[in-house]
Amino acid sequence: MVDSLISNIISSKCVMLTIKMKKGSPHVDKIFKIIALAAATYVLVIIAMIVINLVTGSAPVWQKEGISFLTGSDWNSVEDRESYGAFPYIMGTLVNAGIAMLIAVPLSFGIGMFLSELSPKLLRTPLAMVIELLAAIPSVVYGLWGLLVFRAYIQDWIETPLHNLFGDQSIIFAGTPFGLDILTASIILAIMIIPTIASISKEIMLAVPNSQREAAYMLGATKWEAFRLAVLPYSKSGLIGATILGLGRAVGETMAVTMLIGNATGAAAIPTSLFQPGQTLATIMANEFAEASQGGLHLAALVGIGLILFIMAFVINVVAHLLVAKVVKSHEGAVLA
Amino acid sequence: MITPEQRAEFRKHFRYNVGRRLVLDKIVKGVVFSCVIVAIVPLVAILVNVFSNGAAALTWNFLTEIPGAVGSDDPGGIGPAIQGTMVLIGMSSLIGVPVGVMGGIFLSEYGNNRYGRTVRFFNDVLAEFPTIVIGVFAFVLIVLTVGNFSVWAGSFALSIVMLPIIMRTTEESLKLVPVTYREAGHALGIRRYRVIFTIVLSSAKNGLVTGILLAVARIAGETAPLVFTILGSSQFISDLNGPIDALPLRIWRLSSLPYDSAVTQGWGAAFILIIMVLSINIGVRYIFLRNKEKTFLKFKKMGVAS
Amino acid sequence: MMETATKTPVKGVSIDDVKYKLIAENISASYDGIVAVKNVSMKFQDRAVTALIGPSGCGKTTFLRCLNRMHELTKNATLTGKVLLDGEDLYSTKVDPIINRRKIGMVFQKPNPFPTMSIYDNVACGLKLNGVKDRKILDEVVEGCLKMASLWNEVKNDLKKPGMSLSGGQQQRLCIARALAIQPEVLLMDEPASALDPIATQKIEEMIQELKKEYTIIIVTHNMQQATRVSDYTGFMYLGDLVEFGETKQIFENPRNEITAKYVQGQFG
Repeated sequence: MVDSLISNIISSKCVMLTIKMKKGSPHVDKIFKIIALAAATYVLVIIAMIVINLVTGSAPVWQKEGISFLTGSDWNSVEDRESYGAFPYIMGTLVNAGIAMLIAVPLSFGIGMFLSELSPKLLRTPLAMVIELLAAIPSVVYGLWGLLVFRAYIQDWIETPLHNLFGDQSIIFAGTPFGLDILTASIILAIMIIPTIASISKEIMLAVPNSQREAAYMLGATKWEAFRLAVLPYSKSGLIGATILGLGRAVGETMAVTMLIGNATGAAAIPTSLFQPGQTLATIMANEFAEASQGGLHLAALVGIGLILFIMAFVINVVAHLLVAKVVKSHEGAVLA
Repeated sequence: MITPEQRAEFRKHFRYNVGRRLVLDKIVKGVVFSCVIVAIVPLVAILVNVFSNGAAALTWNFLTEIPGAVGSDDPGGIGPAIQGTMVLIGMSSLIGVPVGVMGGIFLSEYGNNRYGRTVRFFNDVLAEFPTIVIGVFAFVLIVLTVGNFSVWAGSFALSIVMLPIIMRTTEESLKLVPVTYREAGHALGIRRYRVIFTIVLSSAKNGLVTGILLAVARIAGETAPLVFTILGSSQFISDLNGPIDALPLRIWRLSSLPYDSAVTQGWGAAFILIIMVLSINIGVRYIFLRNKEKTFLKFKKMGVAS
Repeated sequence: MMETATKTPVKGVSIDDVKYKLIAENISASYDGIVAVKNVSMKFQDRAVTALIGPSGCGKTTFLRCLNRMHELTKNATLTGKVLLDGEDLYSTKVDPIINRRKIGMVFQKPNPFPTMSIYDNVACGLKLNGVKDRKILDEVVEGCLKMASLWNEVKNDLKKPGMSLSGGQQQRLCIARALAIQPEVLLMDEPASALDPIATQKIEEMIQELKKEYTIIIVTHNMQQATRVSDYTGFMYLGDLVEFGETKQIFENPRNEITAKYVQGQFG
């Protein structure tokens, strides 16, 4: 009924328009469609060009190192002794992102559950907004805050006690707690990906029909039991998708991590202890770019690192989108976050 | 069938551990609520630190002058960085907005087919790409080819960051425009492109602007793609083919300097950046919510919404 | 109007002599600022079927949801009044709602089995929730309840299949089995057959006749033929009021109230 009302209003507007202007030629219609098609195709072209440029740009390093670019740990840019292996940074990326996920995923699911199941309706929107604002803060500001403020707290309140307690005997707490290390970088990274995972999981949990919850309540379930029985199984694949999407963000995050991870290179960057300076694929690119920008094998090695990161992020995101798209038809939340 | 005797027998097996279950329920609620608090604490801490430390740096000279020599008594200002960020936003939008909006139009109006779904899918994937990879790409494609760092390269990289955001939000807001609007136009024999431009786009105006603003807020804070493309500079911009400065890049450089004045300036620059980014984000959300309320009230008056 | 309907016993039935399983006293309920139920009082007899009829939006579903404290889960819901189960107030602050929801089973308008669980688990999950772990008991209850819901013969070989693989009518009977498994004393049914075809509806009506030998059943329906077929007592609700309440035969053949008469004759609805 309203639709017809609106279309009446619109049609009267259209009548005026048709009187005011010519109906346009059929060619313009075609041209318009072609322009729109071209704009959409631009996305595919860009992705193809990214692949081509990364492959050609890194060709020299693949030719010289072969497979050992993936498996080697040497990183030497001194002329005549040049040798590049990305293995420590691949490991660093996985470990750093992994620790961040361990912290962020439970917290995010908790936030998602609070917002979808427990929060009073009046609080839901403002709280969701505050969580989303966390995603709006630029990476470099996280880095600055981490470097100048947060690092000292981590060093004094977490790392030093843990180090004193377990000492150098334990592997993962070995090394001097200096605050610029894998642990600090991972925690900041966790804070940065919480909004992504939390807001998507909220949407996914809200998409569970209420009749499911009511069925559980009817059986005498508490809020938590209804969540476990009705909401969780229903939203499982979507939550996995949200997690993987968060992983995609964690893997590619650059600035904040660069400023906090301590920047080791070569075999020293293979992560063993939480208190050890590390390096990820993204951070080595940001760190060494200035020295390598003149070209040569060093630059090719960094572009090669970019290619590895690209493939990693691409695979992660494709999987995530396939999983999330199944549950939430439009994941507007993902774009806004 | 279950006889009453059987039923009595079954009930004996029920353990009405309600007390324990309710305690567990309370614990879970408490844990979940503290998750929200844990997430909000860093946000508050960052805002408080940036505002209190950054306010100290804010002077007219800080906003307008060029940076002083490193380590000298006169720290100068971040004028070129502010100018550079503005220029970069403007130039990236010149590419990103028209291409993004047209692409969004394609997805919404002509994209209900296999090709549309393919583009939509890769667009979503591109939106999540590590931006540093986009920076490396722009470096290889433009900087290496042309031979120097430039505003062009930086704008190109940032336009790729904003493109998928605009495309997606445009598509979503166009899809919200009821089909009847389009049908009304077509019924009068108006050409499709005119219907899209005059009726569909104007109805979806708010959503479109929201998407563009969010994309601008996003690229204003992007650092990684700029490291590879604009290099940074301590002079105001004179040539689009030359390097320039940008706020996030300046913050990064300042944070690594061992001088107190540099640290203060870093906070100051972060203050400016965060004000820019957050005001866009909060403003957009406020307007968005208010408009939603308005439409809701309008519909309520018409008697559709309950 | 409503007061007289509840206070005056129906002629010929010595209502005061029978034990009432469930008594609703002065229930008023609203959601989103809309008053859906206005000061309704009703007494429900044990081992009998009471039907609630009325045009859509008359508050019968809301009233039903007040009887097991499901209404308070609706957004912006308010409620005043008392519901006594065997003389004990459900809304007493001392009792958590989850304790009594278990004693009052509910079947919803649309079948809502848990989609990720098997047929077996759908029936058994309520028991597991209440601490039943003995496999033998679980098997017995699942079989018994599926038989009572007249679904056993159709699914006995497919107990591991997901609940969603069943047809609509089978899903609804699965939901009834799930509600019966927690051994409730009262069974609330909110238009249980409205989404089903005639054959599935008939099966469910036959089942209600069987179940009433042991349960207090309250069924909301907008289908008057169904009310006459399955119920012993009928309450007619209109605009949130309980207009008339009495024996089904009397309500349909000899209504005392003008609006009831018009409704049961199909003059509006």
